Amino acid sequence: MRGSIRAFVTVEDTGMVTVSEIQVEEQFEDLSPKTTFMGMISLMLRKQPLGSFGAVIVIAMVFMAVFAEILTSIDPEDNNLEYMLTAPGEMFFLGTDQFGRDLLTRIIYGARTALFVGFTCAIIGSSLGLVLGVASAYFGGMFDLIIQRVVDVIMAFPLIILALAVVATLGPGVENVIIAITIPFIPQCARVVRSNALAIREIPYIDAARALGFSHVRIIMRHMVPNVMAPFLIMLTSFLGQAILLEASLSYLGMGVQEPTAAWGLMLQGGAEEYAESAPWVAVWPGIAISLAVFGFNLFGDAVRDTLDPKLRSQ
Amino acid sequence: MIKYLIKRLMLLFPTLLGAAILVFFLLRLVPGDVCEIRLAGTGLYADPAEIELCRKDLGLDQPIFVQFFQFLWGYVTLDLGKSMWTGAPITHEISLRFHLTLQVALMSTFVAIIIAIPFGIISAVKQNTWIDYIVRWFAIAGIAMPSFWLGILIILGLLIGTQEFFGEPWMPPIQFKPIWEDPVWNISQLIWPAVATGYRYSAVATRMTRSALLEVLREDYVRTARAKGLVEKVIINRHALKNALLPVVTIISIEFAFLMGGLVVTEQVFNLNGLGRLFVESVGAQDFNMTQQLVMLVVLIFVMMNFFVDILYAWLDPRIRYS
Repeated sequence: MRGSIRAFVTVEDTGMVTVSEIQVEEQFEDLSPKTTFMGMISLMLRKQPLGSFGAVIVIAMVFMAVFAEILTSIDPEDNNLEYMLTAPGEMFFLGTDQFGRDLLTRIIYGARTALFVGFTCAIIGSSLGLVLGVASAYFGGMFDLIIQRVVDVIMAFPLIILALAVVATLGPGVENVIIAITIPFIPQCARVVRSNALAIREIPYIDAARALGFSHVRIIMRHMVPNVMAPFLIMLTSFLGQAILLEASLSYLGMGVQEPTAAWGLMLQGGAEEYAESAPWVAVWPGIAISLAVFGFNLFGDAVRDTLDPKLRSQ
Repeated sequence: MIKYLIKRLMLLFPTLLGAAILVFFLLRLVPGDVCEIRLAGTGLYADPAEIELCRKDLGLDQPIFVQFFQFLWGYVTLDLGKSMWTGAPITHEISLRFHLTLQVALMSTFVAIIIAIPFGIISAVKQNTWIDYIVRWFAIAGIAMPSFWLGILIILGLLIGTQEFFGEPWMPPIQFKPIWEDPVWNISQLIWPAVATGYRYSAVATRMTRSALLEVLREDYVRTARAKGLVEKVIINRHALKNALLPVVTIISIEFAFLMGGLVVTEQVFNLNGLGRLFVESVGAQDFNMTQQLVMLVVLIFVMMNFFVDILYAWLDPRIRYS
């Protein structure tokens, strides 16, 4: 450590000595860890190599979704029967489907659908679960009991079965798919958040807040919710991959996103099997896109979980 | 033990009743009417009197609560009602397809077990070596890959592979024959969907086996076993594995219930006429009677599986049944 401290000492009339000014030259070496952007990235690369790899895939997908119009000049919904089922080559990098639509373009636009559904479902589902879980832990008693029984019931349904039952009610389409996927997420997140919130409720500052006469809403939102952010974020990131996979499955069954919107699951449904022999590329690329996306989100989610939950780190 | 069993069994009913309420009222929120769709589906004119007759036939003219109690009463009398689409009794439609789905589910579980347990053990024993990394990547890939896409790839691979080697493409048979009629035919048809779903389900179990075994290997008694000079093989097989497999058994049995869900998509890929396909068709045709009974069947299987796992645990660990 270099540097100097210079003090100006003045003797006042009264004879007392006071230190009027202390000048510190700022030449100390920076001892605190660097928190530059690049520093953070290199730290993450070292600590979470798989998570970083996942993050790269996620960022690439976001990039594809945002800049779809710039990345490709072809209309994803434009039929071009002249070039039906063209093999991958110079003209169409990944080939075309049975309507002559460029597969690369549809995969790029498909990222938009997948991310839109994925993020909307994960964020809404985990946020509602967060509020419900914390409220359930905070109020306890009858309210908690009822919420927990409802959660039990909903969690007895396999994800895709419940989602399909909701689609049966609402009909297919992007908005309905989002509702169908979000509903099963809420209780899952509520259950995890509740068990964490129960421990927080016992900490004296909650009693202190009640003694001060704060409203229930204020205590829940300001004092409890911020303290269960770790399980909330873990659930949110784990929902992202699940939502994308579920949307692809629903679209594949024809119960999800409808033609002519570009969606990966739908691309596999639209004749991928009929043309399996003559045009295998129709069946291959969208599946790779789905797998890579889910893979990326899962790796990223695992890294978030490892970082936020030290108990799980050893596994 | 008997007391615990009865107590646990009584807990099943609220869940099942809740599921029945949820499914019944969820499916009746829909605008539209199955009779109108059935009679005037393609925009044709339908006679109002005919629609009325159809509604009466299906019991749709009754108040909704009466319908709900009829639905519940059906479980007491074991009459699940009729399909709104084909008009055939639902029990008949389900029993036609049940053994196919059950067989694929059992085969998938078998595939999952023979992949998950050896790989999980190798991965834990050789922790942080290249074998471990390969197994973990294999498992993560299994979770990311949709089983329907894996199914499509298997079909593609079979077609192209047989074309290369035998000169003519071979496809698994489309027509279903029960295993007791023609085992070779049956297996050659159903092994592919079982592999496609089994691989996916093995992924979670592999990770579970690995982490459970790693945890047990750090226990004191394993160190003692090593200290007294036991061979590593004996330590793993006799001391570690027995304790590590408990959570794995749980995962596998609970996933068995979820297999019914997983098969919804796989049956579509392989064109199997099982329960999953029936479910998708009933959703498409807005056949609510059928949809709700199938959902209830899946929930029942799931709840029962959970029940058996609990009983198994209580049997293995006395602390649970006395608490």
